Amino acid sequence: MNGIYLDNMATTQCRPEIFDAMLPWFMEHFGNPLSLHKLGQEALVAVENARSQVAALVNSAPDEIIFTGTGTESCNFAVKGLAQAYAKKGRHLVISAIEHHAVFNPVKYLEKNGYEVTEVPVDASGLVDPEDVAGAIRPDTVLVSVMLANNEIGTIQPVAEIGAITRQRGVLLHADGCAAVGNIPVDVAALGVDALSLSGHKFNGPKGAGALYLKKGTRITPLIHGGVQEQGRRAGADNVPAIVGLGKAAELAAAGMSERVSRITAMRNRLVRGILDNIDEVYYNGHAEARLPGHVNVAVNFVEGEALLLLLMHEGIMASSGSTCTSKALKASHVLSAIGLPEQVCQGSLQLTLGAGNTIAEMDKVIEALPRVVSRLRAMSPLYKKSAAKA
Amino acid sequence: MYTDKVMEHFMNPRNVGEIENPDGVGEEGNPSCGDVMQIHIKVEGGIITDCKFKTFGCGSAIAVSSMVTEMAKGKTLDEALQISRDQIADELGGLPPRKMHCSNLGADALRKAIEDYRQKHPVAG
Repeated sequence: MNGIYLDNMATTQCRPEIFDAMLPWFMEHFGNPLSLHKLGQEALVAVENARSQVAALVNSAPDEIIFTGTGTESCNFAVKGLAQAYAKKGRHLVISAIEHHAVFNPVKYLEKNGYEVTEVPVDASGLVDPEDVAGAIRPDTVLVSVMLANNEIGTIQPVAEIGAITRQRGVLLHADGCAAVGNIPVDVAALGVDALSLSGHKFNGPKGAGALYLKKGTRITPLIHGGVQEQGRRAGADNVPAIVGLGKAAELAAAGMSERVSRITAMRNRLVRGILDNIDEVYYNGHAEARLPGHVNVAVNFVEGEALLLLLMHEGIMASSGSTCTSKALKASHVLSAIGLPEQVCQGSLQLTLGAGNTIAEMDKVIEALPRVVSRLRAMSPLYKKSAAKA
Repeated sequence: MYTDKVMEHFMNPRNVGEIENPDGVGEEGNPSCGDVMQIHIKVEGGIITDCKFKTFGCGSAIAVSSMVTEMAKGKTLDEALQISRDQIADELGGLPPRKMHCSNLGADALRKAIEDYRQKHPVAG
């Protein structure tokens, strides 16, 4: 790959071992796991092996893993499927203010269909206060959904503390783990969640492969009705190559976890230090410690994110932003608003998300290039001069 | 996403800066929306002899600013008032549809600069 890829929250590069593991399942072993003949049975073994690999990554039993098409599907499935299956108990949901659209929008859909929703706020570092969740739970609450780690600012939520509350109050808990699983150790038993969404392409697996952990004994209404695949909870012929790839990605993620976390954390700390030391008026967003190892979110005041990204691209650096202009919906990030970042500052948002493939030398290249790019844009910015005059 | 012309103006913007003692100043946009464009003009004998910009904004906002300053220079005030958003976008080889409204503030900022000049120079204008 040419250039420095720092957009690992958007997607990661599929590792060659994972790609190789998938290949035989396209042509040579193309069977349907539901078929009784040899080709079918081979595929069934491969799918069940992948299920065990994913289960091992999150410390669940294999039959608690349901394969889906994407992380978004898993989140939709958990939110709508649990709310519907337990609708007799009540129609109230609790979510955090910084959920991904994969949770936010299904919740909005339910709201239009007779459910009520309470949104709990986050503090300036993006943390949910478990006490706020406890305070939001009502007798008719069926589900709490809080993301394990936020994809935009990297903050890791106190899900285990929230899980203790939901268990005690008899309410289901879904954690959107798409940004977290594969990047930090995740243990569904320790977290006390009833459901956890994950996505393969966030940890070097293929796109089009997700899964939902669903605690044994939990009822769920399917999103997709049809055949008996996935114990009748997710119909449609299994995407065997993608499932095999997801399984392999889970195995590799689990194997190298602690070494990778410490190596990526060290790179991240170097990058953050370099940015904060060399650029003034930069906001470092998210929690200082409770954050994903490879996640850097800064907001550079007086410049706009898309212009930053274009100039960084010219330097061979690929990143992302939560500014209004970079969003297809032309709306600044709801996460940055929720942590109380002023609107103008949100426009200078820059996300640099590291992966296993990055190097220290790449961090140093960014530390060298970014101040130069920022100076260039600030020299053009009418706001920078005004602010300097004020000071 | 952007035409080569937009990228060329973004990477090498013309007429960046401010004019000392400008004859007219125009500003358009809103920091919370991500675009603020400031245009300074120098006017001699009813003709815009110099035009400079400072812009806080995305790639297209900067390219539009650069282009509008080039288009305005050498024009009479009345001619410059005729410069439209569409003309600027056309000169840049087109802008993405969603950028046509929010980042295409050059014509408005220029008009404000001309109005500012005329207010300060009621006879000459």
